[in-house]
Amino acid sequence: MEAIRRSIDLSYSFIVDLSMDQIRIDLTSSIVRVFLTLKVENTGASQASDVLLAFPPTEAEHLAIVKASTAEGKRKRKTYVPLSVNPTELPDAPNGARLFSISLRNPLKTGEAAVLEVLYIVTHCLEPFPVEISQSETQFVYYHDSATLLSPYHVMEQITYIKTPNNKVESYTRVDPTNRAGTELRYGLYHDLPPYSYSPIIVHFENNNPFAVVEELVREVEISHWGNLQVREHYKLKHAGARHKGVFSRVEYQSRPSISGVSSFKHLLARLPPRVHSVYYRDEIGNISSSHLRLGSQKSELEIEPRYPLFGGWKATFVIGYGLPLQDFLFESPDGRHYLNFSFGCPLLETVVDELTIKVVLPEGSKNPSSAVPFPVNQQLEVYYDFSPISMLAEPLMLVSAVFLFFIACIAYLHIDLSIRKS
Amino acid sequence: MTVIAEAKRASALRNTFGGILGVFILLLIGVLAFSIRLFSVIKYESVIHEFDPYFNYRVTQYLTKNGIYDFWNWFDDRTWYPLGRVIGGTVYPGLTLTAGSMWWLLNSLNIPLSVETVCVFTAPIFSANAAWATYLLTKEVKGTGAGLTAAALLAIVPSYISRSVAGSYDNEAVAIFALILTFYLYVKTLNSGSLFYATLNALSYFYMVCSWGGYTFIINLIPMHVLLCIVTGRYSSRLYIAYAPLVFVIIHVVALVYYIKGILSPKMFKVAMTIAVTIGLAVCCAVIAILIALVNSSPTKGWSGRSLSLLDPTYASKYIPIIASVSEHQPPTWPSYFVGINVLAFLVPAGIIACFSPLSDASSFMILYLATSAYFSGVMVRLMLVLAPAACVMSGIALSEAFDVFTRSIKIQVPYLLDRPPCGDINSESSIAQNDVSNVDSHAPTDKAETVSKESSRKNQKKEKEQEIVEKVTSESQNGKRLPVLPQEVSAVAILLLTALGGFFVVHCVWATAHAYSAPTIVLKSYTPDGLHVLDDFREAYAWLRQNTDVDDKVASWWDYGYQITAMANRTVIIDNNTWNNTHIATVGAAMSSPEKAAWEIFNSLDVNYVLVVFGGLVGYPGDDINKFLWMVRIAGGVFPHIREQDYLVASWWDYGYQITAMANRTVIIDNNTWNNTHIATVGAAMSSPEKAAWEIFNSLDVNYVLVVFGGLVGYPGDDINKFLWMVRIAGGVFPHIREQDYLAAMASASFDPSPISSAVSSGILLPPTPPTPPGSPEASATQQNPFFYQRAS
Repeated sequence: MEAIRRSIDLSYSFIVDLSMDQIRIDLTSSIVRVFLTLKVENTGASQASDVLLAFPPTEAEHLAIVKASTAEGKRKRKTYVPLSVNPTELPDAPNGARLFSISLRNPLKTGEAAVLEVLYIVTHCLEPFPVEISQSETQFVYYHDSATLLSPYHVMEQITYIKTPNNKVESYTRVDPTNRAGTELRYGLYHDLPPYSYSPIIVHFENNNPFAVVEELVREVEISHWGNLQVREHYKLKHAGARHKGVFSRVEYQSRPSISGVSSFKHLLARLPPRVHSVYYRDEIGNISSSHLRLGSQKSELEIEPRYPLFGGWKATFVIGYGLPLQDFLFESPDGRHYLNFSFGCPLLETVVDELTIKVVLPEGSKNPSSAVPFPVNQQLEVYYDFSPISMLAEPLMLVSAVFLFFIACIAYLHIDLSIRKS
Repeated sequence: MTVIAEAKRASALRNTFGGILGVFILLLIGVLAFSIRLFSVIKYESVIHEFDPYFNYRVTQYLTKNGIYDFWNWFDDRTWYPLGRVIGGTVYPGLTLTAGSMWWLLNSLNIPLSVETVCVFTAPIFSANAAWATYLLTKEVKGTGAGLTAAALLAIVPSYISRSVAGSYDNEAVAIFALILTFYLYVKTLNSGSLFYATLNALSYFYMVCSWGGYTFIINLIPMHVLLCIVTGRYSSRLYIAYAPLVFVIIHVVALVYYIKGILSPKMFKVAMTIAVTIGLAVCCAVIAILIALVNSSPTKGWSGRSLSLLDPTYASKYIPIIASVSEHQPPTWPSYFVGINVLAFLVPAGIIACFSPLSDASSFMILYLATSAYFSGVMVRLMLVLAPAACVMSGIALSEAFDVFTRSIKIQVPYLLDRPPCGDINSESSIAQNDVSNVDSHAPTDKAETVSKESSRKNQKKEKEQEIVEKVTSESQNGKRLPVLPQEVSAVAILLLTALGGFFVVHCVWATAHAYSAPTIVLKSYTPDGLHVLDDFREAYAWLRQNTDVDDKVASWWDYGYQITAMANRTVIIDNNTWNNTHIATVGAAMSSPEKAAWEIFNSLDVNYVLVVFGGLVGYPGDDINKFLWMVRIAGGVFPHIREQDYLVASWWDYGYQITAMANRTVIIDNNTWNNTHIATVGAAMSSPEKAAWEIFNSLDVNYVLVVFGGLVGYPGDDINKFLWMVRIAGGVFPHIREQDYLAAMASASFDPSPISSAVSSGILLPPTPPTPPGSPEASATQQNPFFYQRAS
């Protein structure tokens, strides 16, 4: 039917090789990025408008995002056009394999071929082993996957590359032909794989990258028509790597940073919008005095340090708050409604967010709120509402009248004689 | 007539302007009092300070979350594990209720401030209130001018600021306000005889009782003043009204006596008096006997340890080490007076003199207040706080009176100098002027009062009546003797000097507030050449405990950190800063001072999961647990006799003191903080004496071990032999029988001996002992007086 190439790419580079289908798996951080280059060919009799992707159930559970695109134009003028990806069901999918269908722009006629680029990101799939490590040890993790692409189609040729953070690979499953060079593991080339073929592999390698997981993130966005957008973000951060064992020696940690506590992390980088102001970083017992803010015209970077370096299993909660100029995010639609256009996700880089709640506080007096969340691709949030500028004056007027009433009361008290008996 | 009317209008206008100016000055004083206390927020952050405030903060959080009834019945099982503590019944709820209701009010007005913010700013707000109360109190004693001066002084007096900076959320924050308010209302009642103020007085006293243990000061001071008034024959119905709402018995007896005296003939009165006195004496003896029996039956004679140490300053150090171990319970040193009240200390005597001319009920009360608070502040350094308002009122009076005299002297003489160039006798002129002015002064208010009162309402009349009392007090003195007038130049110079004095005071206050009193102690900042260092390790530890331990885990630490752990880490502690159970504290102390195995058993029996220990050796933080270690041993030793302080004593030369305390965990005689030269000299004498004498000296110091470093064998030059000559010199500075010469000869002869000792010695000791510094330089003089100083410097 179709020939599929799968390449799991753990670096960001795409390798487009029409003669070969590739998987490139990037294991260099705590988040696994997989790049597939599929050359699909319609060998059937009828037109094909969708291409199906299959995931094993364990992987599908932790799937964060699936993106697909196709290349258009020749050589240097090549542009990538995004394609829509939607979950779908197929009655004959074995062992609960989960399917996603990619809608092609132009249906493939019989005998035609197309090249698709797919990126998907999987979180929580690196399993630390040993489960507990001490301060001086480094962290090793398991990565479970298949050497061959799980696919509902017949695969003609396929190759898989796995990129590890460094060349300390403890062990890996061999599915010949397999070879390893430096930080790269190569499985394949495999020929003529039947549909849903699966050959499990385990890679055990060193990964000391921050396993930062935000277990719960609550973002509050407050709109004030006096020109300010106030954002408050409540984080519950956890180090999801191998659990810390034994004591933590601060002296050793500070005096020998290169070998002590390498699996821990103490910095996190948050990318905030430009022109951010009044940034604060604190927790329930006060200001956390270790953060740096770099303002730029394109983006602002906030480097934060939790109160203590986070070792495996340790948690930290904190709040980041900042103000933004309103005109950058609040617009007026042609029908006179106001709408807020604001990023949905977490500003921390290289961080997994398990649960996210976003609250938008509209100014007093707004009506008919509605929201538009164009999921799953676009990460912008839009909130529409009606608001008349007169409502802005409500609070100042209340203040003014309170002060006025107070003075009136004072004057009245000084001028009215309340005594019963005139002397 | 028109002239009089115009004069009346002018004086009315001046009064109005004066009133408005006064209101604005008071407003500014309030702003000043509030804003000078914000140094801590600006320099550090908006955070609760120190130890006790964290407990109050936690209680306030509980109150705002669960409401007043739950707060009342609150049994806290997260502290004093496994005993727990009844919080609702054992705290002074005044502060908590105040901040709680402030928070509630703001929230019901839709101003969503956090409880923490309200708590942080409670103290500055109440300092402004206290400044206004001081104004009212001083106004009652000596008039508006003195009132404004005293209020301004109180707003910035460092000893009060030390307890009321933003974040210092402690009982004293509101209690000082309540204290001054109670005194004001008492004096006000005394002056006016109004039952309304008497009721307010009782309410304000109730608030004070709710707020701070220092209420006993009021309840003892006011009876003392009443007694003083009765003894000096100043009893009046106003005194009765002022005191009756507070306490009933004695004042009623006195009132009855005066009443009977009024209705009986003198002879009958004498008879009745003898009968009453005999009966009264009998009853009194019986009551006293019962009281003595009751008091004797309790071991502490019915007094708490802290109160007893107020009466007998040596009590705590003798019997209760836990009270003596707290630095704020120590007697203050002279510098702490200077830092605390600064120039006020010099102005207070002048204020006392001003209070005696004339002596009114109000001013006698102030004198009594000052005298008692001066004594208490001398016993316990934290009671400097009670002295501060008294000192401010007295200094306010003194400054105001002084300015009064000086400006009056200038004001009287200036018109005459302008009108007529000086010819003839100036003295006679000015004496005439004095008479004129005193006449005008004495007549003007009465004229004004008469004319205005006709058209004014009752309310205004009442106010004027009160004014009259104050004015009467001042005008009496003016009529009694001539107004003192000084030469104009002297006055001008004096005004300048007084202003400069005030300027120095302000500078000192700002400096003290900014540098001495604003540190929250949980965050430490240090400035070094390579920048600012923030030491936030306490909160790091607490945050770690909060996030990474089980909610029900028990944390053991020395009691200082108890409140902070419960408030910031939200974990159960074994002991905390409310040191109500000495045995429990001693148990933790015993664990801290026992070897590992025994400590583990003690902690295990208390279900402890974590032990928090503070070690400052690495970064040089002096207030760590090693520093407190001797107190742990002492307190533990008070309950467990097998822990003896002597076992932890090690003698060595001072160089190794810090290292021994840090690494060997034993008490040393002297350490690198060489504050006590005599003590070092004693050890030096022991080191340089023959064995028998040395043994006696060490024995007198309870020494168990002597650490001596000998580097001769391995050729380590920095050993004790090298330092030996310095030991001799330092010892010789205190004990004249140890003479350097006696040792030099021995050393010199030893240097001919080719033994390894002498070769090690020769490098250091046989150098010429006189330092090559020119005479007269500070180092040289320091060397002469204190040889050991030179050793450090070199």
